[in-house]
Amino acid sequence: MSKLLSPTGTPVLFMGNEAIARGAIEAGLNVAAGYPGTPSSEIIESLAGVDRERKLYVEWSVNEKVALEVAAAASFAGLRSMCVMKQNGVNVASDFLLHLTASGTRGGLVLVTCEDPGALSSVNEGESRYFARMLEIPLLEPSSFQEAKDLTKWAFELSEAIGNVVMLRSVTRISHASGNVICGKLPAKSRKAQFDYDGPVMDSRTGPMISTPVVAKHALHQKKLKDVEALFEKSPFNRYEGPAKPQLLIITSSVCFLYAEEAIRMLSLQKRVGILKLSCTWPLPQKLLKKCLRLTDKILIVEEVLPFLEENVKVLAEGMFKQIGGKTFYGKMDNTLPAVGELNPDLVAAALAKIMKVKYKLLPVAYTQELQKAATLIPVREMTFCPGCPHRASFWNIHNALQLDGREGFVCGDIGCYAMAALSPATGYHTVPTLHSMGSGTGLASGFAKLDVFGMDKPVLAVCGDSTFYHAVIPALINAQHNRADITFIVLDNSGTAMTGFQPHPGLTVSAMRESVPAVDIAGICKAIGANVAISDPFNLEGTCKILNSFVSDKGSLNVLIMRQICALSPERKGKKIFDVKVNETLCLGDSCGCNRLCTRIFRCPALTWDRTKKKAVVDEVICAGCGVCYSICPQKAITKTEANG
Amino acid sequence: MKKQLFKDPMNVIITGVGGQGNVLASRVLAGMLVSAGYVVTIGETFGMSQRGGSVMSHLRISRESVMSPQIPQGRADIIVGLEPAEALRVLTRYGNPGVVALINSRVVCPIGVITGELSYPPLAVIESTFKKLTAQSWMIDATSTAVELGNPILSNIVMIGALEKTELLSISRRAFEKEIAKDMTADKYEINLRAFDAGASMIGNIVD
Repeated sequence: MSKLLSPTGTPVLFMGNEAIARGAIEAGLNVAAGYPGTPSSEIIESLAGVDRERKLYVEWSVNEKVALEVAAAASFAGLRSMCVMKQNGVNVASDFLLHLTASGTRGGLVLVTCEDPGALSSVNEGESRYFARMLEIPLLEPSSFQEAKDLTKWAFELSEAIGNVVMLRSVTRISHASGNVICGKLPAKSRKAQFDYDGPVMDSRTGPMISTPVVAKHALHQKKLKDVEALFEKSPFNRYEGPAKPQLLIITSSVCFLYAEEAIRMLSLQKRVGILKLSCTWPLPQKLLKKCLRLTDKILIVEEVLPFLEENVKVLAEGMFKQIGGKTFYGKMDNTLPAVGELNPDLVAAALAKIMKVKYKLLPVAYTQELQKAATLIPVREMTFCPGCPHRASFWNIHNALQLDGREGFVCGDIGCYAMAALSPATGYHTVPTLHSMGSGTGLASGFAKLDVFGMDKPVLAVCGDSTFYHAVIPALINAQHNRADITFIVLDNSGTAMTGFQPHPGLTVSAMRESVPAVDIAGICKAIGANVAISDPFNLEGTCKILNSFVSDKGSLNVLIMRQICALSPERKGKKIFDVKVNETLCLGDSCGCNRLCTRIFRCPALTWDRTKKKAVVDEVICAGCGVCYSICPQKAITKTEANG
Repeated sequence: MKKQLFKDPMNVIITGVGGQGNVLASRVLAGMLVSAGYVVTIGETFGMSQRGGSVMSHLRISRESVMSPQIPQGRADIIVGLEPAEALRVLTRYGNPGVVALINSRVVCPIGVITGELSYPPLAVIESTFKKLTAQSWMIDATSTAVELGNPILSNIVMIGALEKTELLSISRRAFEKEIAKDMTADKYEINLRAFDAGASMIGNIVD
């Protein structure tokens, strides 16, 4: 039996994302849709693992906007549905979300956004809480694993009570952290789908699902949000903990609550500092806030990314000035806490120590000095492509083709593991100077290619992964073709959404629910758009480079090269080596070879290391994935490869 | 029945390089402790942060409550290092005179070391630094043991076996058997048990 269906009452170790999935199942979820993105992906994955037992429909949608549309259709038909994405996914879904919040919903619909303060696995520090305020929907932020489950369950009831979307915001340190959760009951019955639309236009239960008449529906929408505020006033998810007369009040939400609790313990301030933990953060419960703000004059607001709570609490406090008096606020806006990056107990303790004028007991000075001395010995460990990663070979090919062309051509990057080529320039052999949102590489390339009339005559390339291609690249590619932007577009096709854990995408013949589905062919789409299309294996350096050279030097057409090679970590590969790779010590000339250590200094595979005693290259067999590409790059043919038999 | 914790919470950090099985090691360990009745909080990151980079799992073991998923600086009680430089990196941030460390001696070279821009400290220096700055430390070649068992990926389980033998945590071979029986196939179960036993046998002779 799946852990997700653990019996009622027993403690289970759940990742925050599993707790959210369990909460949805306890609420009687029917439909779930999402697009993979760290740290959100395990929610849809774990739901897909129990689809049959719980009679769920679960899909990986082509992108977040379509995922929300799929979830909304279920809601319109009276079912309970959930839509899951990472922070920037909310931007992708936002146009539909604006109209959806205006039309309202029927069956409970919860939008889960898992955000990444500090950008641990993102190229942005996006913040979606402002969408909840801007689009006037309730916002919930769980502060523990148990609460992640319980709040998710309640979110569905809340959504149904107000006939609108509820946003649940998690962060990496909840979603990817784990803790004990006590499971509740699983509902026995599933709902039946029925979509009524013949009723009056203002009747949200039977009328058409549209946002017009806009002003009248907007007024109704706002009235419902007032009802939410009343519910939040009484919610047990918001509570004050601490002394009756604290010297300082901390207002916090999400995982920051755990940091604040820990910081208070670290400084032994339990008798002097209280915490108002809010798990319902929009609209803010004004009466509860007034009660707590009255407790003291000093307020510290602890939250991650933008000062959302801080701004909103300050606005409310201003309105209550006559009843509560003047307050001193500490937080991000006065730099008591860092304005950027993720928080931790140490940062909160430092802020607390400053405000409360207490000292944090440090380690013995001599010991700290020893630690600092030891720290200078440790080499930085830069991120890089894994051993055997097809992207290393792909960028090696791109680099060589651009060198041969000699016009300083460059590549517009995109989102996936191959973003590493931009994040750590030497990893991409210094070919990728731009990196933005999904699909933007191709749009940027389309624009750069039109700058020739302004004197920029360089080959322009764009790369994207297979999943990214379907998500957001197709419109940009059509744009390039229609506007005669002569770019070389490269699909780094590694047969899955590798970075987030090999979720299937429309190019594969299997769905999230492990059913057989038709694959949508990338080459076919590109051909239909009117591009020249070629396919190559990036591990075949000679063949790939030849095609790339002809594409890069070709003016006057849109060229597409699909570089197809399966990810080295793919479950299909099962960790098996293609080749046994070795360095022939007699043939390797080491430092005296004219190659200037091409293999270890430039190629940069973690499995091809340098023996400083022998002064020769050596393969680390423990981590070598056996792709055999290094065999092709050694000018001395000192690297050998033989077919592996395991 | 719950054994006494040395302190509450006990803070354990498992560290290594992406791909070494850090996450699995922390899940298995935490699973055993939850079954023993403890409240465990694990903090970790994966996704882009794991690709060839340093990885860390923070485990907080308590009798009572959920904790911050990030351990404060200087507050680790046990460091389990799947890679020596990563163990040292964790020590310099989370170490204190009372910390205990268990380290796999197999080096995974950072790219900067491979290219020649950076140097990797000699193992003997890492070992003596641990001896000096911890209450107790063990360095074992878990990877070679795993390779002998047929797969280097078993290093993490060899380390868990070694950790059990140190008796720092209330875990046992029996608890390990139960934990891995939950979702491992019969052949995987067998080889993981062997890796656990091999790890346990590596502790004892080497104690300070």
